[in-house]
Amino acid sequence: MIEPRLYTVSEITRHIKMLLETSIPTIWVQGEVSNFTHHSSGHLYFTLKDESSQLRCVMWRTEAGRLFFMPVNGMKVLAQGDISLYERSGQYQLVVRQLQPTGVGELQLAFERLKNRLRTEGLFDERHKRSLPEYPEIIGVITSPTGAAIRDICNIIGRRFPGVQIILRPVKVQGEGAAEEIAMAIDEFNEYEKADLLIVGRGGGSIEELWAFNEETVARAIYRSRIPIISAVGHEIDFTIADFVADKRAPTPSAAAELAVRDKGELLKMVDFLYRRCTKAVQDRLREAEAELNDLRSSYLFQRFPDVINQRWQRVDELERGLLRTFDRLVMGKTSAWKAATGMLDALSPLSAFRRGFSICRKLPEMMIVRDSSVLAPKDQVRVRFHKGSALCQVELVEGDDEPQ
Amino acid sequence: MASKSFEDSLHRLEEIVRRLETGDLSLEESLNLFEEGVKASRECGQFLQQAKKRVLQLVKESGGTFRLEMLEKDLQGE
Repeated sequence: MIEPRLYTVSEITRHIKMLLETSIPTIWVQGEVSNFTHHSSGHLYFTLKDESSQLRCVMWRTEAGRLFFMPVNGMKVLAQGDISLYERSGQYQLVVRQLQPTGVGELQLAFERLKNRLRTEGLFDERHKRSLPEYPEIIGVITSPTGAAIRDICNIIGRRFPGVQIILRPVKVQGEGAAEEIAMAIDEFNEYEKADLLIVGRGGGSIEELWAFNEETVARAIYRSRIPIISAVGHEIDFTIADFVADKRAPTPSAAAELAVRDKGELLKMVDFLYRRCTKAVQDRLREAEAELNDLRSSYLFQRFPDVINQRWQRVDELERGLLRTFDRLVMGKTSAWKAATGMLDALSPLSAFRRGFSICRKLPEMMIVRDSSVLAPKDQVRVRFHKGSALCQVELVEGDDEPQ
Repeated sequence: MASKSFEDSLHRLEEIVRRLETGDLSLEESLNLFEEGVKASRECGQFLQQAKKRVLQLVKESGGTFRLEMLEKDLQGE
């Protein structure tokens, strides 16, 4: 009981706090969110208001982490919690345990607002959409590792087009932080670069469970992805924001897998058809060549061919005879020329001069041929070569041409 | 064989059929192309018949590099 006496601020505050917290049970409050702050600590601070009053609210990190959506200013919500008093400022506040949008209508409104904003910004433009690769080698899948989505995708891809490598990047697909994880996974695949195609999605669920795919952060990650993306969110409402931004939208993960790869059976049929066309074309070509050959065989030229050959042979024989004749003539001519030249050579030979009685005189010791008597002096030794044999001689007297012999 | 080479083989086969069907080739060229076509179609068929899908998990290391891990068997289905 509060008595009429002097209190310190702390004392009276503690009293009021106790009164408040014990007399008001856990309550539901309906109102519109304003002054919303998502503090870095993870706690949420906001004010709930209606036409005439305001109520300060706080939602601790643990509870906030369980939210499937992020409140925004202007959103009408239902908050469940306990009235408490913050002693430092002496202000009472609602410590929120649970928060939900006032019915689906409120979420739908947030959805429409974001959709219109992103559409105006051009995130849904057709011209920005990439075409899917015809035969992807590596498909990146962004979904929960434990859901049915990844199993369905693996089964269908394995059945339709084996040989594709599926790389899962496991993410949380609902609740606090899901949108951020999905966006980061998309960015990481772009950083990793090796995937040819991404499938982003999850199996069906309530609008709350699918909400991550309606978040702006996911929409922007899809928009900036260089790898084509198929959105695959099984859902109750027609489309998620992710569906509008994605390059291709599939209503379910299974449908996404079917869009991603072509059917093995169909491909085998196609290959077989191409093979048969190949065979037929080459058979046609062979038949054509055979016909060409038959045409040639029956042609006049071909019939006359042996004659043509024989005529050629005759000509060759003629030419050969002519060639032999010419050669013989040539050889005879050369032979007589050779004989004449040999005779001439014989006449010029120094040996024949010796025969006629000339001798050659060489001065010793250098054996220099003596052409002029003036190189000689009495007592010099000379060697004289005759037609047959030679003689070593000593000079007695040297005479010029003008002196008597 | 990766599916890229399946794609290559298939495109080569289509190209060969197109060239054979235009028919302005010598007999020798036709036969060489045909031989290549048979090989390409066999490669395509073999790839489709034999290939097994692989399921891996993408893990980003603290250093910013990526690593692929095998997933537990039950996820791969079939």
